[in-house]
Amino acid sequence: MLDYRVGEPIADTKAPEGPIGERWSTRKFEAKLVNPSNRRKHKVIVVGTGLAGGSAGATLAEQGYHVIQFCFQDSPRRAHSVAAQGGINAAKNYRNDGDSVYRLFYDTVKGGDFRSRESNVHRLAEVSVQIIDQCVAQGVPFAREYGGLLDTRSFGGVQVQRTFYARGQTGQQLLIGAYQALERQIDEGNIELHTRTEMLDLIVIDGKARGIVARDLTTGKLTTYLADAVVLATGGYGNVFYLSTNAKGSNASAIWRAHKRGAYMANPCYTQIHPTCIPRSGDYQSKLTLMSESLRNDGRIWTPKREGDDRPANEIPEEERDYYLERQYPSFGNLVPRDIASRAAKTQCDIGKGVGPGGLGVYLDFADAIARMGQPAVEAKYGNLFDMYQRITAENPYKVPMRIYPAIHYTMGGLWVDYDLQTTIPGLFAIGEANFSDHGANRLGASALMQGLADGYFILPTTLNHYIASNKFPDVDAADPAVAEVETGVQERLEKLLSINGTRTADSFHRELGTLMWDYAGMSRNDGGLRKALDRIPELREEFWRSVKVPGTGFALNQQLEKANRVADFLEFGELLVLDALVREESAGGHFREEHQDSDGEAARDDENFAHVAAWEYCGPGENPVLHKEALEFDYVHLTQRSYA
Amino acid sequence: MKITVRVWRQPSPDEAGRMVDYPVDDVAEDMSFLEMLDVLNEQLILDDEDPISFDHDCREGICGSCGMVINGQAHGPVKTTVCQLHMREFRDGDTIEVEPWRAGPFKILKDLVVDRSSFDRIIQAGGYVSVNTGAAPDAASVSVPKADADLAFENATCISCGACVAACPNGAAMLFTSAKVTHLNLLPQGQPERENRVLRMVQAMDDEGFGGCTNVGQCTQVCPKGIPFDSIMNMNREYLRAVKSSRGNQG
Repeated sequence: MLDYRVGEPIADTKAPEGPIGERWSTRKFEAKLVNPSNRRKHKVIVVGTGLAGGSAGATLAEQGYHVIQFCFQDSPRRAHSVAAQGGINAAKNYRNDGDSVYRLFYDTVKGGDFRSRESNVHRLAEVSVQIIDQCVAQGVPFAREYGGLLDTRSFGGVQVQRTFYARGQTGQQLLIGAYQALERQIDEGNIELHTRTEMLDLIVIDGKARGIVARDLTTGKLTTYLADAVVLATGGYGNVFYLSTNAKGSNASAIWRAHKRGAYMANPCYTQIHPTCIPRSGDYQSKLTLMSESLRNDGRIWTPKREGDDRPANEIPEEERDYYLERQYPSFGNLVPRDIASRAAKTQCDIGKGVGPGGLGVYLDFADAIARMGQPAVEAKYGNLFDMYQRITAENPYKVPMRIYPAIHYTMGGLWVDYDLQTTIPGLFAIGEANFSDHGANRLGASALMQGLADGYFILPTTLNHYIASNKFPDVDAADPAVAEVETGVQERLEKLLSINGTRTADSFHRELGTLMWDYAGMSRNDGGLRKALDRIPELREEFWRSVKVPGTGFALNQQLEKANRVADFLEFGELLVLDALVREESAGGHFREEHQDSDGEAARDDENFAHVAAWEYCGPGENPVLHKEALEFDYVHLTQRSYA
Repeated sequence: MKITVRVWRQPSPDEAGRMVDYPVDDVAEDMSFLEMLDVLNEQLILDDEDPISFDHDCREGICGSCGMVINGQAHGPVKTTVCQLHMREFRDGDTIEVEPWRAGPFKILKDLVVDRSSFDRIIQAGGYVSVNTGAAPDAASVSVPKADADLAFENATCISCGACVAACPNGAAMLFTSAKVTHLNLLPQGQPERENRVLRMVQAMDDEGFGGCTNVGQCTQVCPKGIPFDSIMNMNREYLRAVKSSRGNQG
């Protein structure tokens, strides 16, 4: 079984000292600048074109850098940020309801269950207001009130209305804004974009990230791209669970290859389970579909009071329904944070009160909202979500309550980065969901879009400037042995995958891994289960490399080869996730260890022993990883037990 | 239920393609169409046959990756993306014909996968507001009438799937292009580039080899996002207005 040892602690050496409200200003002032006319001499690689990558690529190009950008999809506008529904937070306080940068900062640190960095989170809250300005200027059609001003709504875990939205398609609209900014820079010749091209490894020379090896997915051709810095904006690793709300192509390969080249991986066990997804319907299920958390503003969640009550929802009288979130958490009610709502749903199902096929569901009921607001108002707010639900389930949610069940949705862990968003490999930056930085152990709703755009539009362009200005970049020879070694490694791995010609498809391994991960490292975890997973994953990985069947060749469009290559990485990454979950002997946010709960079944943190970031160092194949701890200090938001009661 | 999938197989852009029949047993009603293809592909792989290539990603009807012509209809019998189409729309014993988008500018790369990069190039020709990061005024400084914001949003929901082109007898990209022109030209933020935007985007559309609109309206019949046919009229008006305006002529 995979074991580990504890190494030297690490510190985020880039975060400035001083009052928290001044740190980002200080950093910006102290950052070195690159003369605008010199910027075009520097190439920067950006991998990924979602909110973080798209906004970063566009902004760096506007500043004058020569950007080389990649996405595996056929267009940058397909990146999975497009699917975010609910909204984006910003401390504008247009509602005059008591919001402020400090309150957004406070809510985010608390919502993250005190496992994020105060400096980073405060900066995120500061930048949030500029994001909305930028997006509106780009023509992002946010929802507006009749007076023509921007509308906002509330989201889980907060008591102010700070969430800007574009019906249930906020992610799409923000992504199109970033995409258009990107296309404008392509038109101006500042970005060289490679679509249908996937990064397969990182090139590190003299300790610095200097390029990537990427595969053209249409022709199969491998090409090496060299640059002065590499930015990974490749999203999260939720698909290690096979069934998740991620897009089918979302994968952990880029961050995992970077990890194997020396970048630390932080807090992989922090995974977010979203409470309002459509339950699965059969074994063929290929993904799960999320229903925006904003539905919890007006929908009421309940289960039958009696176990095994199998009457149709509408035949269960009011007094026999248990609105369990409103009962357990009277002040937040249906708007408790995601981790709490998810676990509460699981508890209901575990005690036999679940509804729908297999008893794996709870009701989300809009009858009261429809009675109060009228159906047209509900349609205007949530129409597209109701339509989607009806298409998938063939049930009409205006007439019968929706059935929902939690599913993996977002991953708070990711590559360790310092305050500058730089990984432990100099010149390698990670932004958006690919890094671990801002959400601690649990992300609040409508904060992913905020963080992706904060990183890409505002933070990275400042800190990357500093890196470029502070370093020298001798030309890299394409024939450098370090380059050749990476190229050969990539080539051999693809050939190996194609040559096994075994008896099982890549998907069948992915599904088996996903089931293992969900059963033992999903919504709740315990020592015995995690150890079982640690025993089983290496066996599964060995079986994969012995008996996977990948048809076709490497010299053409081969979607099975792409898939197998990603599954191979998940089979390694998953093991580290489980180890991290085993080592973190506390419950915090999305990481719930059954051994660590209070008498009410709430997550019990252990601040004395675990108020740290767990950053893992890769030490070679078959070698145990090394755990580096970064202590977290809370000078402003004092450590307390989260309470939403 | 049991069905037969009759699907377009084409190994590469330069090779000829043909329709091939595959039986699929054990199809469940609640399966999505793409999940049915997944099941078929698993079977093909184990039978040492080449699985069917098709673009897909989010499987939530929003990324715009998937698209195929099913029984002669772009995205199939329901007005949604093919990833949101479920097998309950079909009957036991059906033979379902599946083809790629067919239009000159959409080269077939393999099986059902086509090259839609022409759409990105149309956006490059002005489908944006030229505002650099950091240069934005406060978001509340400009108010937008709710009706304009709503109509702009409606047009901005286009997912760039290409169904409009596939359904059009002329292979026109007018609905796609007009959705972007309408979205941006309606908003105050889009005004400074209003004329150039429409002139350049229409030019790009023509340069890519898309056909012209003859008011057939098939595009709106298949558009999974319900982009209104009025947008095309609107783009034509914007175009004429731009041609006449001095600002447009300078562009």
